[in-house]
Amino acid sequence: MTKRLSLAALMAFVVSLALPALAAAQDEVAADVVKSELDVTWIIVSAVLVLFMQAGFLFLEIGFSRQKNVGAGVAKILVNLGIATIAWWAVGFGIASGGNKIFGTDGFFFSHGQDIAGTIVGGADAAGMLFGMLFCAVSLAIVWGTTLERIKFSAYVIYAAIFAAIIYPLVAHGVYGGGLLADVGGKPVMDFAGSSVVHLTGAVGGLAALLLLGPRIGKYGADGKPRAIPGHSMPIAGLGVLILWVGWYGFNAGSTLGTTDNFFAEVALNTQLAAAAGVLFAMLTVYVKTKSIDVGMAGNGAIAGLVGITAGSGFVEFWAAPIIGAVAGVVVVYGVLTIEKYLDDPVGALSAHGLAGIWGTVAVGLFVSPRLTLADDGAAAGLWYGIFGDEPFGATLGQLGVQAVGVVAIFALVLILSYIVFAALKTTIGIRVSPEEELAGLDISTHGMYGYPEAFIPEEEYPAGRFEPNVAGTPIASPVATAASGSSDS
Amino acid sequence: MKKVEAFIRHEAFEPIRQELLERGIPSLSIIEVKGSGRQKGVVEHYRGASLTVNVRPKLKIECVVDDAEKEMVVETILRHARTGSVGDGKIFVIPVEEAVRIRTGEEGKDVLQAHEGTEMPSS
Repeated sequence: MTKRLSLAALMAFVVSLALPALAAAQDEVAADVVKSELDVTWIIVSAVLVLFMQAGFLFLEIGFSRQKNVGAGVAKILVNLGIATIAWWAVGFGIASGGNKIFGTDGFFFSHGQDIAGTIVGGADAAGMLFGMLFCAVSLAIVWGTTLERIKFSAYVIYAAIFAAIIYPLVAHGVYGGGLLADVGGKPVMDFAGSSVVHLTGAVGGLAALLLLGPRIGKYGADGKPRAIPGHSMPIAGLGVLILWVGWYGFNAGSTLGTTDNFFAEVALNTQLAAAAGVLFAMLTVYVKTKSIDVGMAGNGAIAGLVGITAGSGFVEFWAAPIIGAVAGVVVVYGVLTIEKYLDDPVGALSAHGLAGIWGTVAVGLFVSPRLTLADDGAAAGLWYGIFGDEPFGATLGQLGVQAVGVVAIFALVLILSYIVFAALKTTIGIRVSPEEELAGLDISTHGMYGYPEAFIPEEEYPAGRFEPNVAGTPIASPVATAASGSSDS
Repeated sequence: MKKVEAFIRHEAFEPIRQELLERGIPSLSIIEVKGSGRQKGVVEHYRGASLTVNVRPKLKIECVVDDAEKEMVVETILRHARTGSVGDGKIFVIPVEEAVRIRTGEEGKDVLQAHEGTEMPSS
């Protein structure tokens, strides 16, 4: 008790000393400096949240994999994060930032004091560059969801480097870096945090891989009908979904790139509303379609709602967010059930990131608010306001068209480039493990170890040393004494 | 009556089950087993150290059939389970003295046949 009192006294003393000094310092720091540092602080907090999404992808993919492939998922996420980071720093960021209409020409091997399209690199630029890097890593993580349990390690390492250095940066440049999609007939493609730039891009990369990779052994029966290959852990998949949901606060609300007008709070609320509606409508839809309350589909619904609102999170009013999320939740269920008939996408990435990403980008053209639209860049409000509001109908329809152009352009660019890369890899080193390796599991065949060793190695195989059965009546000796006696008949 | 015991690779089971069902053998059991034979063990590497695992996972099918059907069952298993590589497994045939269906108390080889109107697994 006395100790606590004396500690409190000491703290009061320290504070009384420090307060005048703090007050003096505040006088000297200009308000715009404080604002700049607050903005950068928010970007870095958001960047960490987006980094945490890697854990979300890890758990989601592992939960939807079988026990024999869980270790491979860990290696894949960590290796890809490493590749995306280095490739973005060396090349990708330069291609994504300012330059001509197609690609950027400055900012390679990003460094302090560098001149990037007239901007001298300082701390705030490092924050933006890091934030973009982690978006690139998210997009790359989405690609591999379609390829679980059968892709070759060397194939994804090579594609990852090309994706993070060239493919994703070209898309990001097109929309955010002053490229072709920033001005389509006088209107920009509006994608606040990347429904298309990040999520559709990742999903289309996954589609290209899947077209060349084929389904897992056993996915389709002799009659051609799809069979379930249940993932080994719904709790782990659910944890992954919730981690992604948390990370999305950084992904969307952080895309304000600052704290001006506390607007990031509005973005966060939009994000939450859409995700919630995504869960509920996915559950409702899957129940109506299949009469089962599907656990995995609840997760897909949450992701679809989040992906759907990503493009509009900074452009739509609160009432529109749950509508966007709800439609995404319906779309993802129909998408998964339809795509599964033709393509083996173990986590539903094509639907949750691809179809929901397309919907989210188009939804901006429907619901973007006159208050929030990028009027300075020539953008109009959404079609809703053209029909039910005072906005000119033609301009709102035009904005919807521009959104559609953005989707088609990104889809085509990423599909063509990715297909070329995967086709080249397939004809040279191959992109798929052998059937024997696939049946044994990637853990043991690619990585030489099991993610869950005790599920595969009987305990008897561990070199446990000699076991001395206790003969009835003899007192139990201490382990040390037993070892010392060295009896050999056991 | 004979009991056919077959140690096979996991992936061979589903085609065997389907064909036996189509040929009128609806009842069989499987047991997940681990065993050693001529197939090499697997070396597990764990952060620099290694561990040789000498037993491999196999599936054991147990199926009791009428004497007349033994050849057909063995032949079906052989056809689907043989890849030609070490580790395809073995088949043992053992005589069975009696068989009793618990639900009805029937005895003998009638027990091996499916009842009319009873539930059947899908093929």
